[in-house]
Amino acid sequence: MAMTHSLGDTWFSNIRGDVLAGTVVALALIPEAIAFSIIAGVDPKVGLYASFCIAVVSAFAGGRPGMISAATGAMALLMVTLVKEHGLQYLMAATVLTGVIQIFAGLFKLGSLMRFVSRSVVTGFVNALAILIFMAQLPELIDVTWHVYAMTAGGLGIIYLFPLVNKTLPSPLICIVVLTAISLYLGLDIRTVGDMGELPDTLPIFLIPDIPLNMETLAIIFPVSVTMAAVGLLESMMTATIVDDLTDTDSNKNRECAGQGLSNISAGFLGGMAGCAMIGQSVINVKSGGRTRLSTLVAGVFLLILVVFLDKWVSMIPMAALVAVMIMVSIGTFSWESLVNLSKHPTSSSVVMVATVITTVFTHNLALGVGVGVVLSALFYANKVGRIFYVTVDDGDDNNHRIYKVVGQVFYTSATQFAESFDYKEAVSKVTIDLDRAHFWDLTAIDALDKVIIKLRREGTDVEVIGLNEASSTLVDKFAVHDKSDAVDKMMGGH
Amino acid sequence: MNKVIACIDGSSAADAVCDYAAWAAARLSAPLTLLHVLDQSRYPVENDLSGKLGVDAREHLLSELAELDIRRNKLALEQGALMLEEARQRVVASGIAAPVVRQRHGHLLDSLAELEDDTRLLVIGKQGEEHSDSVHVGDNVERLVRALHRPILIALGEFKPPQVVMLAFNSSEITRKGVELLANSPLFKGLRGHLVSVGKDAEALKKDMAWAEKTIREAGHDIQCTVLDGEIEPALHDYQQAHNVDMVVMGAYGHSRLREFFVGSTTNNMIKNATVPHLLLR
Repeated sequence: MAMTHSLGDTWFSNIRGDVLAGTVVALALIPEAIAFSIIAGVDPKVGLYASFCIAVVSAFAGGRPGMISAATGAMALLMVTLVKEHGLQYLMAATVLTGVIQIFAGLFKLGSLMRFVSRSVVTGFVNALAILIFMAQLPELIDVTWHVYAMTAGGLGIIYLFPLVNKTLPSPLICIVVLTAISLYLGLDIRTVGDMGELPDTLPIFLIPDIPLNMETLAIIFPVSVTMAAVGLLESMMTATIVDDLTDTDSNKNRECAGQGLSNISAGFLGGMAGCAMIGQSVINVKSGGRTRLSTLVAGVFLLILVVFLDKWVSMIPMAALVAVMIMVSIGTFSWESLVNLSKHPTSSSVVMVATVITTVFTHNLALGVGVGVVLSALFYANKVGRIFYVTVDDGDDNNHRIYKVVGQVFYTSATQFAESFDYKEAVSKVTIDLDRAHFWDLTAIDALDKVIIKLRREGTDVEVIGLNEASSTLVDKFAVHDKSDAVDKMMGGH
Repeated sequence: MNKVIACIDGSSAADAVCDYAAWAAARLSAPLTLLHVLDQSRYPVENDLSGKLGVDAREHLLSELAELDIRRNKLALEQGALMLEEARQRVVASGIAAPVVRQRHGHLLDSLAELEDDTRLLVIGKQGEEHSDSVHVGDNVERLVRALHRPILIALGEFKPPQVVMLAFNSSEITRKGVELLANSPLFKGLRGHLVSVGKDAEALKKDMAWAEKTIREAGHDIQCTVLDGEIEPALHDYQQAHNVDMVVMGAYGHSRLREFFVGSTTNNMIKNATVPHLLLR
C-alpha cells in the first residue's frame, strides 16, 4: 500500500497546516527539551540538540508521518544514574548504542511484539509517565520564595485560559513570554533556564564520544542502552498507534523502529541525548493541523533556529514558566478517564494498570513497569481462559460405560481441573473421553491426559479417546505416553 | 482483465468520462464499472494552534476528529452516491445494460491498483474536482498513469463518437504495441486511422513506419502515414486539428524522470493542450 503513496502525500499534501503545526510544536518542544535535560542531569543544550536532531531525522526515516519525536522524559529518567556516575560522554555513547539496538529491532520486526502490550498497560504507561514528569518538577517548587508559586500558578492560568480568548497563538508561548517579561521587569531573583547549564549558541557539530572503546565501557552502557531502546520503542509504538487512531491512517511500525534507531545514532554523534516519540507533542501536532512528515521537519528545524538565535533570551526564561508548561504536559498526558474507569473496568484490567503505574513510579523505569503489566495481563488471561472449561459425564447405553465430554482449553492453568473431573473410583469396564470440543495446548495438558488414561487403565477400565483435533493430536503423538507401548512403566518410572 | 473502469467525481469531466466509457465498453463488449473513491486525504485539516494539552486531551481530540470525519464522510458518501447514480443513468441511456457501481474509501491510486488485475481500460477526466482551469493537468493523472499498467483514456470535452484516430508513433516498444492495438482492438474497428511520427526522416523510423502501416492494413484498416517535422507537441497538435482527429493514441511517460525534470514531459504537455480524448499506453 505504501508504495503508491508519493512524496507529495507524505510531505506536501498539507503544507499550510504542517508549517503552522510544526511551529507550534517547536515552541512547545523548547521548554520540554530543557526540562528533560534537567531531569537527565545534563546541560539544556544536550536536550535541545537531541530534539532538533531526532525530529529532523525521524521526519525522513520514521514510519509514522505527523508524529513528533525528540528528547523525552521517559528516556531522560533512564539515564540519570549513567550521567551522574560516568558523565556526558558515556551518555552519548549509550545513545548511539540505543540507536543501533533499535535498528536491529526494526530489522527483526520486533514492532509486532507490541501486540502483547494490552490497553491497560498502555494506560498505565501514560499515567506513570505523567506522574514522573510532574514529580520531576517538584525540585523547582521546593524551598523557593512565594514568587515562584505565584509565577507558576499565573503561568498555568495563562496556558488554560488564554485559548478561550485566542486560538491562533500557542498559549504555552504566551505563558513563557509573559512570565519572562514580568521577571525581568521586577528584577526578581528567581532561577532561570540560564542557571541550569549551557544553551546552544552554534549549530550542532559532529563528535565521536570520548570514551575508551573496551568491554568495560560496553558493560557500563549496554544495560542502559537496552532499557532505553525498549522504552523508546514502546513509547514510539504507542504514540504511533495514537496518531494512527487520531488521523485514521496507517503507519509502518517496523520502519518506525529503524527510524528511531537512526535518529538516536545521529543524536549521539551530534552531542544529544537519546529520545523517542512524544505522546503529548504528537497530540499537539495533530490538534494544530499537522499531518505529514513536513510538520516534524519544521518542528525540528524551527526549534534549532529559535534556540541558536535567541539563546540570550531563552536563558532568561524563569524556571517557573517551564514548570507551568511541564505541569500542563503532565496533566495532558495523564489519562483522567482511567481514574473513572477504575471502578467500571474489570478488576484484572485495573490491577494491571495500577501495577504498571506503581512499578514505574517507584523504579523510574518504564520498561520494568511495562514488563510487570505484560506479565500480569498474561497471567490474568491464562486464568480467564482456563476457567472456560468443563467436563460432562454421560452414562452411555449401559451401566458399564461412561462418556466424558471435555469442553474448553486444556493447558497449564486448567490441566489439574481436567484431571480432577474424572471419577476414578467408579468401577466401569469402559470409559470414552470425547475431546471434540477441547483443545490441548501444552505439555502440562498432555501430561494430565496421560495420567488420567493410565490411572483409569490401572483400575481395569478400557479407555478410548475420540474427537481429538489435529493440532492437539500432533502434541499427543509427539509427547504423550498413554498411546505408546509400555506406557505404564514409563509413566511410573518418571515418578 | 476485462472491465472498463470509469472514475467518477464531481469535476466537470464526469459527463465526458461516462460517455467515453460507455462508448468503449460497448465497442469492447466489456462490463463497465463506475467507480467513485472517497479520498479522505483530500479534505482540509482543521487546526487549533493553542498548543495546550487539556484534561484527557487525546480522548477529546479523537472524538472531535472522529466527529468531523463522520460528518464529512456521511456527506461525501451521499454526494458520491448521487454522482454515481447520475453517471449510471447516463451510461444506461447510452445503451449499457447493467453498469456496476462501486464506491470505495481510501486513496484513489490504491483503489485503482487493487482493481488493476480486472481492468482492461481505465477512463478518467483530465483533472479532478479541485481544478477549474482548463489548461491544468490534474496531479492525480500523472501519478495514475505512471503507477498503473493499463491503457488509460483521458476523457474530455463534449462526447462525439470518434471517427478519426491518430497514433503518435516513435518506434518505441510501447507505440509498437499501439500499432497492434490499432490493428486488432475492436475499439478502433471501422475508424479512419492516421499514423504520425515526428522526426528528422531517419531511415530506421521509415522502416518502422512501413511495418506499422503493413500491420494495420493487413488487419483491414484504412490508414494514412505521415512523418512530420519540428517540435513534437505542436506538430502533433496541428496535425490533429488539421485532420479532424477526434482521438489520439500515444505512449505515456516514456522518458526518464530526470530528463522530464529538465525538458518537461511530452505527455503532460500533450494532455495539457488536448482538445480531444487521449488514450495513453504504458
